[in-house]
Amino acid sequence: MNAADNSNIVKTEEDVWHFHGGIKLPGHKQMSTQTPIARVPASKRYVIPLNQHKGAEGEIIVATGDRVLKGQMLARPHGLISAAIHAPVSGTVIEIAEHRFPHPSALPGLCIVIENDFQSEWIERKPVAGDYINMSSHDLRTIIRDAGIVGLGGASFPTAVKQTEVGIDTLILNGVECEPYISCDDMLMRERADEIIKGLQIIAHIIRAKTCVVAIEDNKPEAITAVTSAVKHSGSSTIKVQRVSTIYPSGGERQLIKVITGKEVPVNGLPSDIHVLCHHVATSYAIYKAVFEAEPLISRIVTVTGRGVQSPQNLEVDIGTAIQDCIEFCGGYKKEAQSLIMGGPMMGLTLDTDQLPVIKSTNCLLVSAGIDITLPSSENHMPCIRCGKCVDVCPANLLPQQLYWFSGSKHYDRAIEYNLFDCIECGCCAYVCPSQIPLVQYYRHAKSDIWEQERERKKSDIARERHERRLERLEKQKQEREARLKKKREALSKNKHSRDTEMEKKKALIADALARVKKKRSKQNIKLRNTENLTAEQQQKIKEADARREQMKQQGK
Amino acid sequence: MLFSKADAPHLTTSSDVQSLMLKVVYALIPGSIAMFWFFGWGVLFNLVIAISVSLIAEAAMLRLRRRPVMPALSDGSALVTACLLALALPPLAPWWLTTIASVFAIVVAKHLYGGLGFNPFNPAMVGYVVVMISFPREMTFWTLPMGVAEGWPGFIDTVSLVFGLGAADSPGIDAVTMATPIDTLKAQVNLEYDIAYVRAHRVYGELFGTVTGVGWEWINGLYLLGGIWLIRQRVIDIRLPLSFLISLVLISNFFAVFDYASYSSALFHSFSGGTMLAAFFIITDPVSASTTPKGRIIYAAGIATVTYVIRTWGGYPDGIAFAVLLMNMTVPLLDHYTRPRTYGVAERRE
Repeated sequence: MNAADNSNIVKTEEDVWHFHGGIKLPGHKQMSTQTPIARVPASKRYVIPLNQHKGAEGEIIVATGDRVLKGQMLARPHGLISAAIHAPVSGTVIEIAEHRFPHPSALPGLCIVIENDFQSEWIERKPVAGDYINMSSHDLRTIIRDAGIVGLGGASFPTAVKQTEVGIDTLILNGVECEPYISCDDMLMRERADEIIKGLQIIAHIIRAKTCVVAIEDNKPEAITAVTSAVKHSGSSTIKVQRVSTIYPSGGERQLIKVITGKEVPVNGLPSDIHVLCHHVATSYAIYKAVFEAEPLISRIVTVTGRGVQSPQNLEVDIGTAIQDCIEFCGGYKKEAQSLIMGGPMMGLTLDTDQLPVIKSTNCLLVSAGIDITLPSSENHMPCIRCGKCVDVCPANLLPQQLYWFSGSKHYDRAIEYNLFDCIECGCCAYVCPSQIPLVQYYRHAKSDIWEQERERKKSDIARERHERRLERLEKQKQEREARLKKKREALSKNKHSRDTEMEKKKALIADALARVKKKRSKQNIKLRNTENLTAEQQQKIKEADARREQMKQQGK
Repeated sequence: MLFSKADAPHLTTSSDVQSLMLKVVYALIPGSIAMFWFFGWGVLFNLVIAISVSLIAEAAMLRLRRRPVMPALSDGSALVTACLLALALPPLAPWWLTTIASVFAIVVAKHLYGGLGFNPFNPAMVGYVVVMISFPREMTFWTLPMGVAEGWPGFIDTVSLVFGLGAADSPGIDAVTMATPIDTLKAQVNLEYDIAYVRAHRVYGELFGTVTGVGWEWINGLYLLGGIWLIRQRVIDIRLPLSFLISLVLISNFFAVFDYASYSSALFHSFSGGTMLAAFFIITDPVSASTTPKGRIIYAAGIATVTYVIRTWGGYPDGIAFAVLLMNMTVPLLDHYTRPRTYGVAERRE
């Protein structure tokens, strides 16, 4: 190679910025980089959890018994921050039920279970390929969203949501991979650098980035060489490959941004606030697959490593494959195997079983054995001697030992004041602590307590509000009722009055009428009984009748 | 396969409190040997008495506080306190003086405040100051250093002086003790003699050796070496000794340049008395020091300043113990006002 070949590499480390703190860790990466990426053979059964990403679960669009094709969408994104999931193989949906999957809570979640028919029958695909250059950012984001792509560095944040095309100057592709043992990104860059760079160009097109930087730690010379030649091959003049010194956690988004740009993402802010967007190399590869091959995110590279596994290596695994199958593919556990960790030794999650599926964020399956990884006992640690080693290594420049103090004594308001929520839980402080205090555990505990309190407060706020509103409502009802009653009473009393007058009137009328009648009668008195011109015989008859009436009256008595 | 569960991180360093404390003790060894060489058996007695009393006191307090005894006893913190105290006390200090100082350091200064990690004051310095104030005469029982007059007394004489046995046949305490160079110089300067005159004096002159004082230059030099090893071993934070020494040099130079005759040079201040012991072993006690990077610089500079003031104008021979305790009091304040700027928090522009 001559000097011109290296024009894309920033060789010197003097011009790289540094973040505060960090630690040097033994890499143990060559353990799993001796063989090329192997493909795990298809399994019979795939368990695909709905909750593999940040945000809302997708909306299931298949039913039990349905035949699905490879790459077919099983659940579509629901809401803004959500991701689709797809069938990794063709087969039948045999169950949609709750199953356990790798998650810190260790709780089961809704999963779609597919039985493989081993036909490998793809759904119809129409790759955009090179035509993406003529497509709008919005349409490309839709492709990425529909392909179920999430950040594959570990955070699993739906990728398309991050890709704003407004005001991004620098696109950083994170190939740092700072945690010990993990080598999946390293191997991906070594073997598929061209695809990664094409993916990078797609992202750059979407967000209209002015410059792109691929950041790779200097302990991966092969990856740096591969990516550099891929950049050269792409003919792009805006992509730069930058070597980053191997200090954990330089792969943390905020730390890497500081190293590359010298700028800091503001507290409570996003990288876009300082015109930077950060994506992971594996995410870039997934975007390439989605655009150039119309293949959704149905597989990923997983490092299976550690002293507890027979033959450590990198595997290409379909999402939903049982972890057990991956370990078995690597020769199974050694006798001395002690614990199974998903992720790296610094931030990974210990699993209590291998009967769980590989999910989108499964970058590493680390099987520890005795000496290489010690699981600290959390109960019997020494008291803090305030040595301040944690302060020196904290990449967020916090005071971990003060946070420990406030978290332990539940002075949460003080912990928040000391920026507890800027802790990225990288574990540097706990790593260097001579008293072996599980500091990160204290912070996590404090954080979840505070969230819980916040939720409680919100809940009680709502309850109080509801109570107040109820009181208000009752008061209003009472007032209304009173008002109504008053009105009624008023109306009633008014009515009585009017009724009285009416009665008087009526009485007067009646009296009048009677008076009139009397008058009339007295006037017409003579005429009333037309008996004057009667014959004697008739008068006799009347007399008899009267006498009979009198007699009947007498008898009636 | 066990599938054991634990919270991240799953890696830790091999360093622990015990190894940190033991490294501090190892780093003290060269200086202690020099001290033994120049000041005799008394140094060894001090160490033996202080260590045994401290460990017993520590065990008793742990028992009383119903804490597991062995893990805490083996952490080495009481051992370090005892060593520092023993090396700070005069070699002919009577046994009860060392005992009182040790008991006070462990029982009152350490355990009554909550034990390791919770004591606001440096225990060794609390023990030292208690006996310094209570028994000022006994605190001047420094043997004649090797190479001055007849040097330090023999083993039997030392035993009888330290344990108060057979005092009748042993040489009187005054015959084998002498004030330290710092003390002598201050007393003479207060009598309006200038420094050059004192250093060339018929009686006192012998005491000052080639650089700062017979034995003291060696002892300080070896503590400095031990301290550098501790920094390389990442046991202590370089900010503390560096800030302390730079401040002491700057202040003493300022006055020495201003008035050469009555203010000792920076070299004298750096290599006499307990300067190097303080710089690398005493002020670096993490528990009672400030924990923030900036706070530590201010803390150490403060100790240097107060030390210089007491050494030069105060009534006590060496001011380090008082300076340390005074600055211990400022630690909560320092910690509060020197918090580092968290990542992403904009610098204050006002």
